[in-house]
Amino acid sequence: MDVTNTVGGIASHYLRVDVESTAGGARGAVDDGRVLTIRDLSVEIRRGERVIRPVSGVSLSLDRGETLGIVGETGSGKSMTGLAIMGMLPAGGRVTGGSIDLDGEELVGLPPARYRAIRGDDVAMVFQDSMTALNPTRRIGEQIAEPVRLHRGASKREARGRAEEMLALVGLPRPAERLDDYPHQLSGGMRQRVMIAMALACEPRIVIADEPTTALDVTIQAEILDLLDDLRSRLGMSMILITHDMGVIARHADRVGVMYGGRVAETGPTPVIFRRTRHRYTHALLSSIPSLTHDRDEELFSIPGTPPDLTVLQEGCPFAPRCEAATDRCRQERPELSAEEDGHTYDCWHPASGPATGERARFTTARLPLPGPEEPPRLRVVDLRREHPAGGRRRTVKAVSGVSFEVAAGETFGLVGESGCGKSSLGRMLVALDRPTSGEVIFDGEPVSGMSARALGPRRTQLQMMFQDSNASLDPRMRIGTILREPMAIQGVGGRAQRTARARELLRDVGLPEAVLERYPYELSGGQRQRVGLARALALDPKVLVADEPVSALDVSIRSQVLNLMRRVQLERGLSSVVISHDLAVVRYLADRVGVMYLGKLVEIGTTEEVYGAAAHPYTAGLLAAIPEADPDARPPREAAARVRGEPPSPVDPPSGCHFRTRCALATEVCAGTEPPLRAVTGTHRVACHHPLRPVAEREGAWS
Amino acid sequence: MTSQRTGTVARALRRSPLGLAGGVLLVLLAGFCFLGPLIYPTNQTDVDLVNAALPPGPGYPLGTDTNGFDVLGRLMAGGQVSLQIGLLAAIFATTIGTLYGAVAGLAGGVVDGFLMRLVDVMLSVPFLFFVLILSARFHANALSLSLVIGGFSWLVSARLVRGEVLTLRVREFVLAAKVMGASRTRLILTHLIPNALGVIIVNITFQVADAVLVVAALGFLGFGLTYPTADWGSQLASGVTYISADYWWLIYPVGGCIVLTVLALNLLADALRDAIGRRAD
Repeated sequence: MDVTNTVGGIASHYLRVDVESTAGGARGAVDDGRVLTIRDLSVEIRRGERVIRPVSGVSLSLDRGETLGIVGETGSGKSMTGLAIMGMLPAGGRVTGGSIDLDGEELVGLPPARYRAIRGDDVAMVFQDSMTALNPTRRIGEQIAEPVRLHRGASKREARGRAEEMLALVGLPRPAERLDDYPHQLSGGMRQRVMIAMALACEPRIVIADEPTTALDVTIQAEILDLLDDLRSRLGMSMILITHDMGVIARHADRVGVMYGGRVAETGPTPVIFRRTRHRYTHALLSSIPSLTHDRDEELFSIPGTPPDLTVLQEGCPFAPRCEAATDRCRQERPELSAEEDGHTYDCWHPASGPATGERARFTTARLPLPGPEEPPRLRVVDLRREHPAGGRRRTVKAVSGVSFEVAAGETFGLVGESGCGKSSLGRMLVALDRPTSGEVIFDGEPVSGMSARALGPRRTQLQMMFQDSNASLDPRMRIGTILREPMAIQGVGGRAQRTARARELLRDVGLPEAVLERYPYELSGGQRQRVGLARALALDPKVLVADEPVSALDVSIRSQVLNLMRRVQLERGLSSVVISHDLAVVRYLADRVGVMYLGKLVEIGTTEEVYGAAAHPYTAGLLAAIPEADPDARPPREAAARVRGEPPSPVDPPSGCHFRTRCALATEVCAGTEPPLRAVTGTHRVACHHPLRPVAEREGAWS
Repeated sequence: MTSQRTGTVARALRRSPLGLAGGVLLVLLAGFCFLGPLIYPTNQTDVDLVNAALPPGPGYPLGTDTNGFDVLGRLMAGGQVSLQIGLLAAIFATTIGTLYGAVAGLAGGVVDGFLMRLVDVMLSVPFLFFVLILSARFHANALSLSLVIGGFSWLVSARLVRGEVLTLRVREFVLAAKVMGASRTRLILTHLIPNALGVIIVNITFQVADAVLVVAALGFLGFGLTYPTADWGSQLASGVTYISADYWWLIYPVGGCIVLTVLALNLLADALRDAIGRRAD
């Protein structure tokens, strides 16, 4: 493209100026394979009187054609580093020191006009939330064409042609027809593809992908990440992949920078980071991730405490307050950079010596023996259906269509599935927040689903729920004490003094100090709030606890604390619980039995060992294959047949026959014609599939 | 809760110099109207035709009106009435509107539809027309006037609060309370209204400003309070009668008071709204 050459010309002109103006210009026009070098970068954000330092002294480099993963938790500075490169810091933010060198051109302090020329042309960004990052009032074709017109001066028609080319490149079917669609007409995965098309339209040298798949389902995440990988190598770009997910890093990054508290803790080639982990934070982080192979009788490793307050100037190592190996030196002196061969560097005074195995405590409480099948189940769901009106003539969203299962006393039932599969609608019906269209929820022999509000009132104590977002589920205007007393006040349990005593007891049970009683929810951290959420759900001593995505809003290091707590509570109280999550590893850790949902139906149900170890439904197998394991040596993505393709169909018009057939590699004509019944694989394992991956009994629902 | 609330107000004023100016102005105006007569007592009941229509001068800092009442003193007395009615009407309107809107929003479905259509119907009744009929049959006093004004202006707060409740009722903390078995009354009083309070406070502030204007308009049209009780509107009206006589002191001071009060309230309300909006981010 001749336009590119002109732009390149400008760049090389700047390059020359830059080299002349740089003292001791060791670097320069010689191509050492480096595209981007960040040296000692610091960023400050002023908000009123508060100064936050999200990035302090970060050094990273990016080679031509490689993917650099930046991994870290909320507040680690990973996103802010990306925004600093783009020159798009939020209001009040500025770079206070260091340099960002893009192929010899210094980006810090660059005039805004020049920055605009670089942004979107040399460096582009893919954002996390495609719904807000795309303009809802403009057609996607125009939005993709915009950078081409701005940077390449292309005519309207040329730009439109380029947009179509890009849509084809990112794998959107029938791109020419899609050009005139608005963002809301596309699914989440499609929109993310459009965002990628937009970022890549000018063939940038560097793409910064900030949590590009965090809002997406795991099967779609796998497709989008593979697409990014593929495009990167085909277009010869370099990529910075910012994520909180060690699994994504293990599978997709060539090199990794682990960030903590605004600093780079450790950086090096991906396999080296995982196998010769040196920094104590990386080590702890890797140990605290629940994996698909974790021994369920062992507690997850959890990092105590919370991430550092970035408004306070740090001395020493930011991780020291939470580190097992920390000494006085760590608290006083900032660790020096240690380097090993193959570019592996880390800032730690007491480096670990190997991969994260970590000793894990085992649960001391003996598991309560599960009651035999002759005992009546505590919770029984019979052919439950829920349809919501979907606007338009007699169209309904079939959120849940005919689900049956049982939960025994003391048992934990896990419900997994992608977003929109109806698992949350089901959860709401279990605690009588919503009424089923048909079917029944039977608790201790009584159908609660049809009960009047009055009859239900006292039974509410037995059925409690723990919500996903503890920030939203605690009334922001109430103190924690009032929040914990509320269930008892509503149900008229005890007097004020007794309620307060019970609130104290509950806080102790979930490992929070008593002082928390006087706090407001916003004064607590996410993990602490989620503990309060659990404490509140337990306040009435329920027999059934439904937890809807209990840890999805939490960071990895906090997540394991809450998961351990939940597991301990389950074991100690003999509670029956239903854990709903899209995260298969979380469900595996918590649940005794698992049901896999797809588009309103249970497609597979069995003990955790059976479902995870010997998945019988192609969908379950596909889900399991799509999860990126936090291990670079983990089996490579399985052959294409095991992959779930495309996007889930709309629950307004589910496909005929087997709902999954449109995305299934094994689908045949039978699948379109008749709906597969649940058939037994073993006594406890059942699957609804015409072509199951394990042999099944012939009769419907047969119980061997 | 109270400390948090006053914290919001304090923060709003600290952040917005205009809002602070509005607040200070409002305090000064209220002080002028309610404390002023203690320092500067005047006779506002007996007509004094000897000293009628005097221009500002010694003894009468703002002159006298055509009945011989001291204008400065009358501004204070009229201001008392106007501010009282404004505040009463706003509280009245907001209370009804908040409860009505919260019930409609929480109930949803048919009940919500019916309640809100009723609001639409009432909004379509022309206010002045209605007041004309009322004033032909009844004599207004401060209380009845605030009831009439409040009875018309709660419609807007009802819509506003309903909208707020519609977003609040699907929030997880409301669902959590439902799972515990909370009654609707409890949901409304302990969860929905306290969380909509920000919006409600902003609305009250605007409502007072509107009510002060409405009182003035009614007084100006002669449908306000009965003589000799005066509010700013009727004062302005009587001043306008003599506009050709060049009695400027009957128009500018009272006009200025109305404008300043409404301006102060609006500045304050804007600052509060900004502060609440900012926290929601």
